Amino acid sequence: MPKVTIDNRTVDIPEGTTILEAARLAGVSIPTLCYLEGVQTMGACRVCLVEIEGAKNLVASCVTPVSDGMKVNTKSRRVRNARRTVVELLLSDHEGDCRTCDRSGSCELQSLAEDLGIREIHHQGEKHAAVTDYTTPALVRDTGKCILCRRCVSVCNEIQGVGALFPQDRGFDTVVGPAFSKSLDEVVCVQCGQCSAVCPVGAISEKDEVQEVWGVLDDPEKFVVVQTAPAIRAALGECFGYPPGTLVTGKMVRALRLLGFDRVFDTEFAADLTIMEEGTELLVRLKKALVEKEEVALPQFTSCCPAWIKYVEHFHPELLANISSCKSPQQMFGAVTKTYFADQIGKRPEDITVVSIMPCTAKKYENKRPEMYDSSVQDVDIVLTTRELGRLIKESGIDFTLLDEDVMDDPLGRCSTGAADVFANTGGVMEAALRTAYEIVTGEPLPFDGLHIEPIAGLDGVKEAEVRITKTVPEWAFLKGKTLKVAVAHGLANAKRVIRKIQSGESRYHFVEVMACPGGCIGGGGQPRFTTNEIRKKRIDAIYKEDEKKTLRKSHENPEVIRLYEEFLGEPLGERSHHLLHTSYDARSRV
Amino acid sequence: MSGAIKTDAADETREKTLDPETLSRLDEVLGEYRSKPGALIPVLQIAQGMIGYLPEVVLKRISVGLGKPYSEVAGVVGFYSFFTTMPRGTHLVRVCLGTACYVRGGKQVLDALKDELGIDVGETTPDGEFSLEVGRCFGACGLAPTIMIDDDVLQRVKPSRIRGILDVYRENDKGE
Repeated sequence: MPKVTIDNRTVDIPEGTTILEAARLAGVSIPTLCYLEGVQTMGACRVCLVEIEGAKNLVASCVTPVSDGMKVNTKSRRVRNARRTVVELLLSDHEGDCRTCDRSGSCELQSLAEDLGIREIHHQGEKHAAVTDYTTPALVRDTGKCILCRRCVSVCNEIQGVGALFPQDRGFDTVVGPAFSKSLDEVVCVQCGQCSAVCPVGAISEKDEVQEVWGVLDDPEKFVVVQTAPAIRAALGECFGYPPGTLVTGKMVRALRLLGFDRVFDTEFAADLTIMEEGTELLVRLKKALVEKEEVALPQFTSCCPAWIKYVEHFHPELLANISSCKSPQQMFGAVTKTYFADQIGKRPEDITVVSIMPCTAKKYENKRPEMYDSSVQDVDIVLTTRELGRLIKESGIDFTLLDEDVMDDPLGRCSTGAADVFANTGGVMEAALRTAYEIVTGEPLPFDGLHIEPIAGLDGVKEAEVRITKTVPEWAFLKGKTLKVAVAHGLANAKRVIRKIQSGESRYHFVEVMACPGGCIGGGGQPRFTTNEIRKKRIDAIYKEDEKKTLRKSHENPEVIRLYEEFLGEPLGERSHHLLHTSYDARSRV
Repeated sequence: MSGAIKTDAADETREKTLDPETLSRLDEVLGEYRSKPGALIPVLQIAQGMIGYLPEVVLKRISVGLGKPYSEVAGVVGFYSFFTTMPRGTHLVRVCLGTACYVRGGKQVLDALKDELGIDVGETTPDGEFSLEVGRCFGACGLAPTIMIDDDVLQRVKPSRIRGILDVYRENDKGE
């Protein structure tokens, strides 16, 4: 193992480690603006320059491997001067006003300039022409603020396999963006917002709709209902200084009530409903395939993630028949609220405004899709990300830390199950579906410790599990002795790997869960920045904790969902469900 | 200059007029290169050789055919000055603005060409005869300033001689 001396500290470092990683192991922090752990090391920003004893030039520590006997200085006068020059040059062509930038306070460039004590920019020269792209429902790009670090390019290409963004032109004219200066709505972009999650500055952000929400809250004529996705409760606290993984469900409900929402409901209600529909859909497909020997599209893929749906429409239209026809929980919630709940309180669909709080930017695009008007008006009116809810609460003057705990309202909020909680995690929708489907088929609970399917939990990109069905209730006898094979992928490039395995015949599955964002919705493009794997794990653990403390942990046990079927929907996949809760999608252009 | 690269605005109509034979030859090339690493640049060179420039319809076909994001295909086309997304004239005039040519008057030569042709860099004369580009060193620094017209390298060019040089090409075209 090479011995390396970093700032007079000698440490043993594994072969192949970069100086930057070695320094972190040795407890020395080297600043950087382009490095992205496990995703990108390319020496683009030049902020991580260090001095190696005996070497003529400074080197970028993120791309230089250590060697035995290497002596590194990370804070010599030469290094400090070079780093300061690099940051001043970045600032000299950074067209943005910190006073009004949504990243102020969470901007890595601002924070670095502050750390380096930069009070003057000595280099004044030509600046890029700044172009702001407002064309998509979810994301806003401002090239004036872009520092060309290429993190968004790596995430969009390597993690998501989409490739909407790439450096265009060359030298000083370089712009990171879609082909030929097109706007984002003209190219293949799935709106996942992972670019906005990794951007070190304010060059890519969610489209802010906080003022729209104030607008409906301030209007006494509007009856405003809010739904919150499962992943919010494990991350919202980070906006108010709580450590990652702090569950703030009760305080969040209190805050929403104080903000003036007429009902505080839970997307988890609709997640339980999704399981009833999607689990039944899977069993029907299996029955058709095994008993009626019909041609059925298998495996069935989950459909909760709007970025995944758009990805399939663009890149794999041949799989559209495999996608579950279920709408996402957000959209099921909207459709049920503006029909079933509207009836209960004697209002018309157009009298109710549904606001969603989502960990996701793509949900801002999903709620505007033409398929999502089944209540007769737009089913979900406004979508805020977790970050925007944080800002809404701050603007209201509410001190989040001092809030009491509160509970959500009946009928669409109070009774959610643990199965709905785990929708937030990669593997969670699959686990929730199997908790219900297995029990329907066998009459017994899913035979996994704590109802958690260990092999599909965690952060591996592609996960698989098998569930053997040894006994069944009479209705599902044809499944006796069968083994249900499932796969879970998060990150769309991983989904592509699973698709390749299926299409080459290498793997056969019955059911596949895909979430576009690494870690699932807890790592969504709208979550508090900055999300590392360590933070993903903490949020995932918090969600499992929320699940485990519930009395009801299986979707089919949710009494309000049972009542909804009895009083309104009839049965899963019934006529009313078909109209309100299901949809279909169309192929889109690949470029 | 930021974001200066644009695709041909008339591309929609061109899509219909690009002849089927060319497209099928392009598809053959794509089939041949599909599984080869580093295929993008050679395929772009072949396509430009076949068509004379790289229209949007061709670039999109290459993107799908090679399984490369369109943004990356566009990024590579924009990076290398050899590639063009606009149709070029019968003759391509390139003016070297490398260091040696620049200090020996390359800029003045370029200005004279712009005046004589009535076009800017990256444009083509209305009669379709000449396109004007700049280059960075043609390897003849000792004889600066240089220009290239098609494959001919012309040395020690003076702004006053520009009209005479171009007239040779004009006369030849008339003769054909």
